This record gives sequence, C-alpha cells and structure tokens, in this order.
Amino acid sequence: MSNVVLDSKVPEGPIQDRWDNHKFNMKLVNPANKRKFTVLVVGTGLAGAAAAATLAELGYQVKCFTFHDSPRRAHSIAAQGGINGAKNYKNDGDSVYRLFYDTVKGGDFRARESNVYRLAQVSVDIIDQCVAQGVPFAREYGGLLDNRSFGGAQVSRTFYARGQTGQQLLLGAYQALMQQVSLGRVELHTKTELLDVVKKDGVAVGIVTRNVNSGEVKSWSGHATLLCTGGYGNAFYLSTNAMNSNVTAAWRAHKKGALFANACYTQIHPTCIPASDESQSKLTLMSESLRNDGRIWVPKKFDDNRPADQIPEEDRDYYLERKYPSYGNLAPRDIASRAAKVVCDEGRGVGPLKNGVFLDFSESIDRLGHDTVFERYGNLFDMYERITDEDPMKVPMRIYPASHYTMGGLWVDYNLMTTVPGLYALGEANFSDHGANRLGASALMQGLADGYFVAPYTVGDYLAGLLGQGVVPTSDPVFAEAEQVVRDEARRWLSTGGTKSPEYYHRELGKLVWDYCGMERNQNGLEKALSEIPALREEFQKNVRVLGSAEGVNQSLEKVGRVADFFDLGELMCRDALMREESCGGHFRVEHQTDDGEAQRNDDEFAFVGAWEWNGDGIPQTLHKEQLVFENVKPTQRSYK
Amino acid sequence: MQLTLKVWRQDNPNDAGRFETYQATDLKDEMSFLEMLDAVNENLIEDGREPIVFDSDCREGICGTCGLMINGQAHGPQKGTTTCQLHMRKFRDGETVTIEPWRAAAFPVIKDLMVDRSAFDAIVQSGGFITADTGSARDANEILVPKPAADASMDAAGCIGCGACVAACPNGAGQLFTSAKLAHLNLLPQGQAERYKRTEDMVETMELFFGSCTNYGECQEACPKEIPIDFIAMMNRDFLKSKLSNRKLSGQKR
Repeated sequence: MSNVVLDSKVPEGPIQDRWDNHKFNMKLVNPANKRKFTVLVVGTGLAGAAAAATLAELGYQVKCFTFHDSPRRAHSIAAQGGINGAKNYKNDGDSVYRLFYDTVKGGDFRARESNVYRLAQVSVDIIDQCVAQGVPFAREYGGLLDNRSFGGAQVSRTFYARGQTGQQLLLGAYQALMQQVSLGRVELHTKTELLDVVKKDGVAVGIVTRNVNSGEVKSWSGHATLLCTGGYGNAFYLSTNAMNSNVTAAWRAHKKGALFANACYTQIHPTCIPASDESQSKLTLMSESLRNDGRIWVPKKFDDNRPADQIPEEDRDYYLERKYPSYGNLAPRDIASRAAKVVCDEGRGVGPLKNGVFLDFSESIDRLGHDTVFERYGNLFDMYERITDEDPMKVPMRIYPASHYTMGGLWVDYNLMTTVPGLYALGEANFSDHGANRLGASALMQGLADGYFVAPYTVGDYLAGLLGQGVVPTSDPVFAEAEQVVRDEARRWLSTGGTKSPEYYHRELGKLVWDYCGMERNQNGLEKALSEIPALREEFQKNVRVLGSAEGVNQSLEKVGRVADFFDLGELMCRDALMREESCGGHFRVEHQTDDGEAQRNDDEFAFVGAWEWNGDGIPQTLHKEQLVFENVKPTQRSYK
Repeated sequence: MQLTLKVWRQDNPNDAGRFETYQATDLKDEMSFLEMLDAVNENLIEDGREPIVFDSDCREGICGTCGLMINGQAHGPQKGTTTCQLHMRKFRDGETVTIEPWRAAAFPVIKDLMVDRSAFDAIVQSGGFITADTGSARDANEILVPKPAADASMDAAGCIGCGACVAACPNGAGQLFTSAKLAHLNLLPQGQAERYKRTEDMVETMELFFGSCTNYGECQEACPKEIPIDFIAMMNRDFLKSKLSNRKLSGQKR
C-alpha cells in the first residue's frame, strides 16, 4: 500500500555551513526562464504574503489566493508580542547559535536541528528586511532598535511594534505583495478558498477553489503549489485563532497523500482571558510580553474570596517564581500553562468561575511608574478592559491558558516540500521548526523565514528540474474530477436536512478535543475520545443543517466543510497523542511525568517525528517515523529552575 | 437581557434590501455584540431561516474584518472599539438596536451586512509600500529612526482598514485611511525616496473611488484605533508640495 520514504534531505556538513552549502548546490533558473513558471501561493499571512512577494520579485508568475476580502486580514495580524532575531544588539551574549540552542531546547528536543539552525541564521536577515520595508519597530531615544525579553530566553532578542508586531509585519509583507500586484507579477484572488489539491502522476499540478462571494468552483494550474494556510488550533473550538482559521487546505492535501506530522503537538498559551460563559465564540490572548512586568500569583488558601488588594503578601503564592527561580514568570509557555492548570485544579483559581490566575502589575507600577507601564502595555490593558470591564492598572488581570498555536502540521523536508512532489507547506501549516513547543516570538520569525528566505530558493531548485514543461492545463480530466468532488460535497451538505448548525457541532467537537487532548492527556481519555469523536461525526453528517444554496455567499456552507475536516483532524490528534507514550513540550501525558510533575521524555523510543499517512475515510492512518538526530544540542531534561 | 433587533437583509448586490426584526433573548453582559448575533443566527437556523451574513474574523479588534453600523454609529456606541470588541453591557434591557452594513458608494453591499472594501486594496496597490526587494536590505540598525518619528509612524500604522471612517463620513471619503498609510511610510527615513510619488499615486487612486473631504471630522470619531485627522493635514501638505515643486525641482517626469 505504502511506498512513502521520509527523506528529510538535510544537507551534509557542519550545521553552521549546511544552508550556505545547500544554497550553492541548488540549481538556478535563469531570469528569462523564471517567467515561464507559475507558482500558486495559498494563504496571505506572513509566510504566504512574503513568499508570493519574493517569488514575484525574482520573476516567477505568481497566483495568490486568500479567502479573506484582503490579504491584510490573515490571522498573523493578531500576533502581539514580537519577533526574535539573533542580532545581539543588546550585547547580552546572544548569537545565532544561542537562538538555535534555545529553540531546540524550548521545543523539548523534538525539532529537526538543521531546520532550526537555518531559522536562527535567517532571523537576522528578517529584521533587516522588515526595517527596510518600513515596519515601525519600537526605538530607543537614539533611534536604534529596542528589544525586549520573552519567555524561554535569558537574552533580549525580541523586536516589537507596541503590542501589534504581527500586524506591522503582516502589513509590511502585504504591502510588498501589493506592489508586486501593481507590477503585474502577482495575480491576486481574494475571497477564494482552496477546496482541493490536484495531483497528476503523483505530482501536485494545481488546486480547486470556491469563490466565497459567487460560489464559483474553479481550477488553477501551477508548476508548484505553496500552502501557507496556518495552524489548526480551532480544532478545540475555543482558541485564540480567528473565527475563520481552519485546517481545510492542509487536510485536503493530507487526503491527497501529504503526510501530517506531530498532530498532538499543540500549544496552550498561558496568558489568555478566561472564558466567561457558554456563548463564548473565541478566547483572547494577552501578549506573553506582559510576563516581563507582571507577576503571576494565586492565593495560598483555598476559596480565598477576598479582592486581590486585600490579600497580603504572605497569603500570596507566586508559584512560577517559587517553582522556577531562575526563569520565574518567564518560564516557557507549556510549563507556565500547566502550572496554572495545577493551581486552578487545586481550587485556588480566581475570578467568578475560579478559572484564572492573577497577573499583577502593581509592583512594576511602583517601580517604573504608571506612565512607563502604560506606555508598554496600554493597548493590551485597554483591550482587556473592553472585554472584562476591569482596569489592570488598578486590579490584577485574570488569565488562563488557551489553545493558541499548533506545532504539528504537514510533514516537510528541509526544502519545505511535503511528501507530494511540487506541494510545499510554509509557516504554521508545516511541522518543522518548533518541535513539541514553540517559544514566544518565534512564530512570526518562522513564517517570514519560510516566506522570504527559504522557499524562494528551494522552490527554484525544484522548478529548475521542470524547465521546458508547461503546466497541466485545467482542461485536463484530473481537474474536472476534482471540481466534481467539490460540487458534489456542497450538494450533499445542502441536502442533509438536519436540525443543528455547523457551529453547534464544532462546539461539541471542540469540547471533546479539549477535554481529552488538551493540556493533559491520558490513555483512557484518548481512547474514549477515539470512540466518541467518530460517533459525534456520524451524528453531524446526518443531522447538520445547511440552509441556502451553493451560489452566492453562504457562510454555513463554508463552515460545514471546515468542521468536517476538524472532525478528522481531531481524531488524528488523539491517535497521535495516544501513540506518543511520553510527555514532551505541549504534549503532556499524565502517565509520563517526573516526581515533581514535569514532562518526562522518552528519547530512546520517541525521538522521532510521527508522520501519518491517509488511508481513506474511516480507516486509521499509518504511522511513519523520521528519526531525529541531535548532533549539536544534547537532549537533556529541560530545566528552567 | 433582551433586545429587539432591526437588521438590514439584502440577498445580493442588486437586491433592494429591507429591514427585518428579530428578538435577541437571554443575553448576558459578558457577550460580545457578535456573539449576540451568533446566537440569533443559531436560532434562525433552527427555525429554518437563513442566518444573517456578517463579516468577522479575529474578534480581537485587530484584523479589521468586522464592522457594523449600530444605531447609526460605525462600530457602535463605545469609542475606540471595533464591533467585535463591543460588549452587551453597553446596551440596556429592552432596547431596540438597528444594525446596518457600512453605507458608502465605494463599499457596495455583497449580502446582508457584508460589504466589498477592495477599493482600499486598490489604494495600497497604487503606492502604499516602500520598495525593498527581499535580500536588498542593509543592517537594521544602520537606519536610525528618531523615537518621535517612529512613534508617530506607528500611530498611523495602527489603522486596521475596517472602513469605519468611510462609513461615518457624510461624503463617503477615504482620506483618513489613505492619510494613515501615507503617514506611516512618509514619516520614516526609509519612506523618503518614494514619498512624493507615493502621495500623488495614492491620493489620485483614492479619488477614483471615494468622496471628497470637507473636514467634518466624523472619521476620527468613528475610528476604532482613534487615528487623528492630523494625518489628513499631512497628506494634503505632501500632495501640495509634490504638485507645486518637488518633482519638478528634482527633474522627475511622469
């Protein structure tokens, strides 16, 4: 059945030289030939917009797709805190090697070393590129760039633009993209959603899309296709992802033969606003940068209902500072999240539903003054106040962990190509750089690294081998077949005639995935989820109600297909979590912990990437393993004490 | 809490459209305005009626996707707040709330409360960028940006492109959006080389779609990011400078 070979294609030689050697060894396409190649870029977040703009600058014909009304709406825009770059502008001992080391360690030794090293290398170029484009990073009075520190690091290497770094980086990439549109080198298709990846003779030859305004189903052919379609955190229903973020593009690629890796590596971000009630549609993140000046605590006593300012110092438990004296409130995300869960489960949570911990700025306000603290975090405080009606300058914030980022994704080799030739995955959509846990300010870095500095080289290498070959025309029967599948699917949902909305089933699915495959997992729960998810899916398929027609705008129809893919994915997340009999990073198996409750890895048996192959509806996927080799950073028990 | 909603329903761009009335019940203070609409939609679906189409994505007030006229105010009654960040505690039990799409010639309605804002992309496409092909950049700290300039640039760059400024303007003008993008780029040292060409190109493209500014100032009142109209003054000054002198002095031709 399967002839999959997971070849990571990592170049030979010392890790410092691998990317340079690889770039030199790659085939080039001469400028006159570049325009003979068409590249399809799906998604216009940091990875997609950066890749589309850069490939167009190089001279390729680029067609770029987003289901938003404008490329600028992609969810990269919501990233708050910052972007790492190993510039060592602060002279505090940072280097490419240290960023590499921190990232491999932060990922709990489940990332591919060579990819991470390359990421750290190009991080310095990203900062240069963004400044040249006019990203208004924070400055010091002398006009130099300012930096802040971030979770999981002891140096200050994070560049930021107030609490809106993702917005500013995305606008930079969007503007670069729009310039290429104006030059006629990028054909931009907004409101156009990918619904299938088309293959011929085992190679990706194009995509099928649906225009979400008109309902038109259409095929597009390209020599290469880049999926830059983000992560799958909305499998939990409640997450910090945008309402429309979904796994559909990656999942349809998976169903066409692209392996899906490490699905259970999901990141639960420690600083989100706690849920308030059942009607909640999403959770809101409060930037991790707040942990620089905020101290996290809960009352020492159980059921202590006094207001925060009436709880004296001796009755407060600053549990992160107590458990992790050297990193304190800046412990990595997975550790900070689980610690919050532990104190809330003990019954020491705060707020009306006892589902939060305090993030307290009073000491910083005393030390730095009201104005300095407000200048740093004012916009975040305003956002918090709009949602909760409380002012963090006066009463401590309440925070709780929430699903935020997914480290797993489509398996890619060193060139970012999936197991389907010609099909690439960039940014959060791939699995490659963060291992089992992503450090703060590294998602923006990876999206832009893949888009500006990695894919433009590696895609060229692939295209060079196709010189003289035209695209497979959309008149080819492979496209007609794929279009028919898409149309049939829409017809099936519209004629289901059930009673409940797609939103309802998404919420129910999310509860299962969160309860059994959330911050903690165990064998019983996962096995239970693996029987309950298919049962719920069966009900969903019979009883979902999608009104209206396939023509024109139909948001329920858009949603129902995405929910269907989340069902399949949620199942894979549980299967992957069940297979991985160890704890690492964001994957915490209750059965595998140290005496003091920390994640216990099992390097002898599980130092591999778990990449799953689709076998068809209702049949469990097949596991393939890519063994991870650590030649430079010796795996140790992570310690942030 | 309970509200009576008068909601604009329009089946397609060519439909005349009409108001329909719905009851929103069991509302809580903590719900956001869009969560209230989600609940109304779920009830509509259960009743076999098509849900209300509206745009939203991040629900954190940063993506600029959402935007409704609520009782005639763009993004509703709370200053400096997008529709998605507006919460029900700002409404009174029993109130009647009128919900409409952005009303502007440049933003045709697609369906119900969803409008087409692609005119904004056209403005950015005409010049809202700094040319810096990937790989051509020098070291980031070689470009010194005085903190006040960086801060003012960031104030302008905070625009989320939601279109509230246009919807609130009696003229349907796009000046606040355009000037915010121009100020973001024109205030920075990196933006100087293309400053005047950028200004002319963007202003002229804007005028293809949008009405003219007559200094009502409604835009800055409606702006969820509280971007001030000072940037419009800066845009006008740069546009005038460009037309009068700068390009001729530097020997440039169109």
